[in-house]
Amino acid sequence: MSIRVQNLTKIYGQQKAVDDISFEIPQGSIVGFLGPNGAGKSTTMKILTGFIPPSSGNAYIEGMDVETESLKTRRITGYLPEHNPLYLDMYVKEYLVFMAEMNQVKHAFKRADDIIELTGLTLEKKKKIGALSKGYRQRVGIAQALIHDPKILILDEPTSGFDPNQLGVIRSLIKEIGKEKTVLLSTHIMQEVEAICERIIIIDKGKIVADADTASLHELNSAGVNIFVEFSDIIDLQFLHTFDFIIHVRNGHKPHSYIIETSDSQRCKIELNKVAASRQIYILEQREEKENLENIFQKLTQ
Amino acid sequence: MWIIYKKEIRSFLSSLIAYIVMGVFLIVTGLFTWIFKETSVPDSGYATLDPLFSIAPMVFIFLISAITMRSFSEEKKMGTIETLTTRPVSDWDIILSKYFAGLTLVIFSILPTLLYYYSINSLAANPQDTGIDSGATLGSYIGLVLLGSIYVAIGTLSSSITENQIVSFLLSMFLCFFFFLAFDFLSDVPLFKNADISTEWLGINFHYRSISKGVIDSRDIMYFISMTLLFLGLTKLIFSSRKW
Repeated sequence: MSIRVQNLTKIYGQQKAVDDISFEIPQGSIVGFLGPNGAGKSTTMKILTGFIPPSSGNAYIEGMDVETESLKTRRITGYLPEHNPLYLDMYVKEYLVFMAEMNQVKHAFKRADDIIELTGLTLEKKKKIGALSKGYRQRVGIAQALIHDPKILILDEPTSGFDPNQLGVIRSLIKEIGKEKTVLLSTHIMQEVEAICERIIIIDKGKIVADADTASLHELNSAGVNIFVEFSDIIDLQFLHTFDFIIHVRNGHKPHSYIIETSDSQRCKIELNKVAASRQIYILEQREEKENLENIFQKLTQ
Repeated sequence: MWIIYKKEIRSFLSSLIAYIVMGVFLIVTGLFTWIFKETSVPDSGYATLDPLFSIAPMVFIFLISAITMRSFSEEKKMGTIETLTTRPVSDWDIILSKYFAGLTLVIFSILPTLLYYYSINSLAANPQDTGIDSGATLGSYIGLVLLGSIYVAIGTLSSSITENQIVSFLLSMFLCFFFFLAFDFLSDVPLFKNADISTEWLGINFHYRSISKGVIDSRDIMYFISMTLLFLGLTKLIFSSRKW
């Protein structure tokens, strides 16, 4: 296992920031760490990178304890902290060379040039970091985390501050990296997790509330299927409640439209067609809606 | 360690702090040594650098506090302390790099005053025998560097305590002043009257004066070194306290 966390707990004063969590991440996977603000994502990451020690429990990187073999684990871990701290009065290239040397990279200058190329900073490399826009600073942060070609990459909100175009570039970069390396990234943007992560760990109030593959999480948490249906005229659907396969009926965002939660989509669709035919109105649109991650997230962390 | 040291030096140079510190130090000591009537060498008629060595510790209280106030405070405030400490370097590496970078800047601001030494010696009527007392001057220079060393350690400590640079600056000034002179004043207080020498002994000034006479006593050297180590040790303690 690349990353192994065992009964990890961190207590700040009276508050349990992380409460007895355990998970394992095998090599070469991208895992999204999801949760509302203050859920304990950053704390867990800080423990994994050796910035703060846990109150109890253990965390291992490549089998090495992050507390007792801290220097070794730090050497193979790349870390982008929350808020992406940088030395604003340093030049991009200067900073990356500095970070390369800090990580004992041989040929620091060449490596810095390579990583500048990889993260698309070529045009900005002679600028001071303080003069860069947020998106470019974020790239510098990611470049810094990648500079020593670490086996493990821990990214705390790596995509904050990007515009949609940059977002695509950075996501594909992370995906590319995740082919060989183990990536643990935190975010509260749901689409992001769907776009890049193979697995999601949802954490709330210091506890893990869900840990599943991105694909299976959809099925895991939706009791039924949502059917969106739009009629050509007003219709009363209250009678649908008499069927046992109907869970819930609510109004959709368009006039005469409804969202019906059902455990049997086929029978539901038949009933809808029957009622439309009997009242002599038409179904303009009818589609199944997947419950999106956003809803799952909200359900789990309420 | 060398890497962080280089980075610190570069940040002194790029943030103008280095130039301002060296400039101010040379202007102030230059004024006292050469211009101001009460203290200046040409007016006193003695071939000695005493004006420089008596004013320098006071000037350093301000300047060294200004040099060191950023070292940890800024890293804490910007959050860069997190990137720094999660790289494979030990806490001591970080502390010592910052300490030596500060000390380097202090030494470089002292260096140009060697010109004063040369000038005064050349002004003497007969440089071979009535010139400046080289032994005492050398002792004073060593004393000044050692004093700078304690100040830098104090400044580093103050900076590790807070993320506010102003608090760090004020605290460092107070502590430097306290350890430089306060024990001299305290020894005059009736309460300490019976132990006035040992009270004075605790202060930096006592050892600084003693070394300025040109007598390099190992006890004085030990005092300077142990005080520096004490403050650096406290810095390490506070710096590592994030892990408690």
